[in-house]
Amino acid sequence: MTTQPTWLHAAVLGAFCTGFGAILALTDVLTADAIAARALEDKQNSLAQVIPPGLHDNNPVTDAITLTGEHGKPLTVYRATKGGKVTGVAYEILGSGYAGEIRLMLGVDAEGRVLGVRATQHKETPGLGDKIDPAKGDWITRFSGLSLDLPPKDKWKVKKDGGQFDQFSGATITPRGVVGAVREGLAFFASHRPQMVEVR
Amino acid sequence: MATDYRTIVRDGLWDNNGVLAQLLGMCPTMAMTTSATNGFGMGVATAVVMAASNLLVATFRGYITQEVRIPVYILIVAAMVTLVDLTMNAWMHELYKVLGLFIPLIVSNCLPLGRLEVFAAKEPVLPSLMDGLFMGIGFTLALTAIGAVREIIGSGTLFADASLLLGPAFKFLEMKVSPLDSGVLVMILPPGGFLAAGFMVVGKRLLDLRAGKAIATGPAGHCV
Repeated sequence: MTTQPTWLHAAVLGAFCTGFGAILALTDVLTADAIAARALEDKQNSLAQVIPPGLHDNNPVTDAITLTGEHGKPLTVYRATKGGKVTGVAYEILGSGYAGEIRLMLGVDAEGRVLGVRATQHKETPGLGDKIDPAKGDWITRFSGLSLDLPPKDKWKVKKDGGQFDQFSGATITPRGVVGAVREGLAFFASHRPQMVEVR
Repeated sequence: MATDYRTIVRDGLWDNNGVLAQLLGMCPTMAMTTSATNGFGMGVATAVVMAASNLLVATFRGYITQEVRIPVYILIVAAMVTLVDLTMNAWMHELYKVLGLFIPLIVSNCLPLGRLEVFAAKEPVLPSLMDGLFMGIGFTLALTAIGAVREIIGSGTLFADASLLLGPAFKFLEMKVSPLDSGVLVMILPPGGFLAAGFMVVGKRLLDLRAGKAIATGPAGHCV
């Protein structure tokens, strides 16, 4: 085998990098708009699950305000308004699960009652902790209608901790994280209610 | 050289199966076989990438010099994975929501890279495409089988959520095998992956022995 000069290898590698780089850049340009639209639809869908459509005549995705959430992080609050009055808000809450963070979307009406909770992102064990997913169980729907006083504060826990919420078989940490996150989310609403429902 | 397509098909599906004989691609095999549906989804996404990258390498093999072939192969596999990822996210979004998390994992799979080096770098375009395709299908079958074993023992179901991946028409696949609410948890957790895959490899070798075949041992996996 004859030895090829080094520059040839460099040129071959460079040519392939340039070629595939160009293809990827082109694909990115072609798909960017569609991907952004899909992401917006996803957000709309997850909001629609926690804020009933009858509750608003605006688009909560675009009618959003930014508050300072816990730990000083900015928190986007999506607001549902009807006839100019805020009827409900939705925002993301975080719970700590068995396998890292559980991201949930919490919908609350103007009186502080839960409209709905949905897990948007989690890495819980398939077949165990992932029962918080509405596609795999109705556990997550039990929060609807509850508020910070209903049940009383010391019952806002899973049964194992003396509260009223069922854990599911084989998994306690996941429900505990979700229940805690919803409780804190409601407390956040209680302390920020004026800013959230204020009409601008 | 006359190409024997029957050998390519046999090799991919059974004789030299990526998981059960070559023991390549163990990382996604362990990670994604918690259920038969997950294993199937990972397998299909991998098969697409393998067919495409085998095709590309076989097409350009005259231009790829020996010294830089590995970076070029990795570049091609990574580019294909990104391409599939972006395209599915944009135009097959429902499927992407289910398969999306598997796709980046394909880059960490040594099976596509192995087939590029062993097959596509030396063979013409069409056989290479077939090799990628059937190695991919073999991979899919192995992952689905391991996933099924882990799911039946671990969760007591089979093909749960298949309708999320394949559409409502496949609802009939979803089965509840065990009356219990939960199964043997360890099979869903990582150790179960090693147990299930190990027994399947042994099972394949026993079947081959019984059939009087010499046991095909693949190249030792230097990466998994």
